[in-house]
This record gives sequence, structure tokens and C-alpha cells, in this order.
Amino acid sequence: MTNVGESDRLVGLLTQGREEFTGKWVRGVTSTLAGRLTAAEVQQDLNELYTALVEALRNGGVATRNEAYGEVRSLLTELSRNRARQGFSPTETAFSVLALKDVLEPALADGADVKAYLQLARVLDDLGLYTIEVHAKTREEIISAQAEQLLELSTPVVKLWDGVVGVPLVGTLDSARTQVVMEKLLQSLLDLNATHAIVDITGVPAVDTQVAQHLLKTVVAARMMGAECVISGIRPQIAQTIVALGIEFGDITTKATLADALRHALDRIEERGPVEIGGLL
Amino acid sequence: MHESPITGNGDVVKARQAVRVLAQEARLSLVDQTKLVTAASELARNTLSYGGGGTMRASIVTRGTSTGVKVVFSDQGPGIPDLDLALTDGWSSGRGMGLGLSGARRLADEFTLDSAPGKGTTVSVLKWAR
Repeated sequence: MTNVGESDRLVGLLTQGREEFTGKWVRGVTSTLAGRLTAAEVQQDLNELYTALVEALRNGGVATRNEAYGEVRSLLTELSRNRARQGFSPTETAFSVLALKDVLEPALADGADVKAYLQLARVLDDLGLYTIEVHAKTREEIISAQAEQLLELSTPVVKLWDGVVGVPLVGTLDSARTQVVMEKLLQSLLDLNATHAIVDITGVPAVDTQVAQHLLKTVVAARMMGAECVISGIRPQIAQTIVALGIEFGDITTKATLADALRHALDRIEERGPVEIGGLL
Repeated sequence: MHESPITGNGDVVKARQAVRVLAQEARLSLVDQTKLVTAASELARNTLSYGGGGTMRASIVTRGTSTGVKVVFSDQGPGIPDLDLALTDGWSSGRGMGLGLSGARRLADEFTLDSAPGKGTTVSVLKWAR
């Protein structure tokens, strides 16, 4: 350990002024968090961090990549993750670490201790950056988890009537979502013993050729399972756009509203009447 | 002036949203908004699938007393060898319906297509507020 000696002075000062420094540190951090965390919560976090930091400085010097900083890093990871989940900004999170610099400045920045202060500043900068890195990573994890949840949420298949299932589509239809929709629709046709399916696109803001192609494929697949498929929720602007694009829906029934489509399905079910088995039984 | 890269599926969605915002700003009717957004969606996807990614530039333009929105897509991809064929309904070099480019032309008030093999492709659509 080459630089252990250099940090001895620092360790001495930090140990000596522990009460004073942590007190100011906690006050400084708490004031920037605008009452969203209590002083007691902040105090617990920062006290642990302070102890770990002093320990790391004693054993590992100022090299923050050193193993001795493992404890500090894991505490910072936890702190940063919690703050990210609670919705604190990266600045607020990093400030929890960097505020220690402000606290120590008056005590160290004059005379012989300037060197110690600069060393500590570098350590804290490193740790502050690490905090931001963890914060960003946590946010990314949250976002990707939400994207997955959204994929699940946005594709429900609902039973509208005996033998009729509906799929209300909302948002953008890409290949991944269409695949989910198709799978769910086909499975529920089987599970609910349905003969009619209604795909409602009221919540789809724009129907371009890719969306249309996906819709057509879904309808064809449902038909192969013997179900009739109606597309509803064609608003005036969507109808005009589809015509201008030149997309042909062929013999697929389309309706303006979900209510129309349901009526159509019920009429068809009625037309067919009860099943007659004739003299077989 | 709005400029954004088209390098992934998410960018197609962003491009669509950006064009919709501009179309609303230029006071296009709901039908014309939808037409322009759909045309932009087609072209953005072409830029991505056939041009290997590129950029979109969208802006509000004025000519005389009319206001409109112009959207330009450009890529440095392989280019289109036969422009007439590419604009034929139902013809696609990929797996689409073959209506994207020709459909975008019908959806827009003004349409330009500039492409040559090895020189990339630039397509623009313009829609005027009525």
C-alpha cells in the first residue's frame, strides 16, 4: 500500500472531528432534500457511510479503486438505488456525498491541511461519480421494467359476450406487441370457446402499412381457427388515411365503433340459431 | 426545425410524435395531421429498413399565405435503382405491403424522391394547412 501514509493525517482529522463533521453533513444534506427524507433517516445512512469511509481511508489510502473501498461502495450503491427509486434527481443523490467537502473545507483548507483536503476532495469526487453511475443504472432498470409491464398491460383480451372476445388496442403497434396480441387472442378464442373476435383500434393513433399488415395477419390467423373477426374503432381520419395509402381490407368486416361491432357479432350468432343435430340422437 | 436520427424502432415512434406536434402547431386539420403522421411513419420505417438508418428533418414552412409542414428523410444507404418501380403499388423489395412509398406520395400534397444507386436516398413530403 503506497499511499497509506499520506492519508494518515486525514484519518486522524476525520476521527477527531467525527461528531462535528457528521452533524454538519447531515444538516447540509437534509436541507437540500426539502423534507422528503427525515433527518433521522439521513443520519443513519450518513453515519454508516462516514464510518466506512474513515475505515477505507485507513486501510486503502486514497485509491478509491482499492478493495478497502468495497464497504463504502456497497453502502453508496444501496443509498443511490434507494434515492433513484424514491425519485430523487442525480444531483440530489450525488450531493449526499459531495456535501462532505463543504463541511470539511473550513476545517482543512487552511495551512498545512490543504494537501489532505485536496486528497479527500478527489476521493469524494470519485465516490460522487460512482453514485451518479449507480443512480443512472437504477433508473434504466426501472424504465426497462416499466416497458415490459406496459407490454403486458396494454394487450388485454376481454370477453364481451358469450362467444365474443374483444381486444382493445392502445398505442403503437410494433412487431413485438402484435405477436403478444395475436398469441393472447388465439389462446382466448380456444379457452373461451369464442366464435367471434373484435379487434378495436380506437386507441391506435396512426395506422400505417406495417400496423395494417399486422392487423391483417391477426385476422387471418383467427379465421383459421374458425372465428369471425371484426376490426372496429375506425375513425374518420383513419379511414381516409387507409384509403389514401391504398390498403385493402378485402372481405374483412370493419366498423366505426366497438358497439357496432358487438351488435354485428350478436346478429351473426343469432342468424345461425341453435345447433340442430337432426336425427342422429 | 426539428432534426432527429432514425436508427431504431423507437426512433420511428419519436419521429411520428415530433411530426404530430409540428402539424398541430401549423394548424393542420385532424385528417391532414393523421395523413402527414402516417406518411412520415412510412418513410421513417423505409429509412430504417432499406436505408440502414438516417435522419429526419421536419419544419414548418410558409409560402405566400399558406402554412405547411415539410418532413425530409435522408439516408446514406444503397439507394433505389428504379424509382418508377419503387413507386408502383404493391411492389416491395422487402417483406412489406409495397404501399409505403406510393402511399406516402398520395398522402402528401407535395412529394419529392431523390435517389441513385450508391448515393443514398432523400425523400420529402409536404402538407399544407387548409
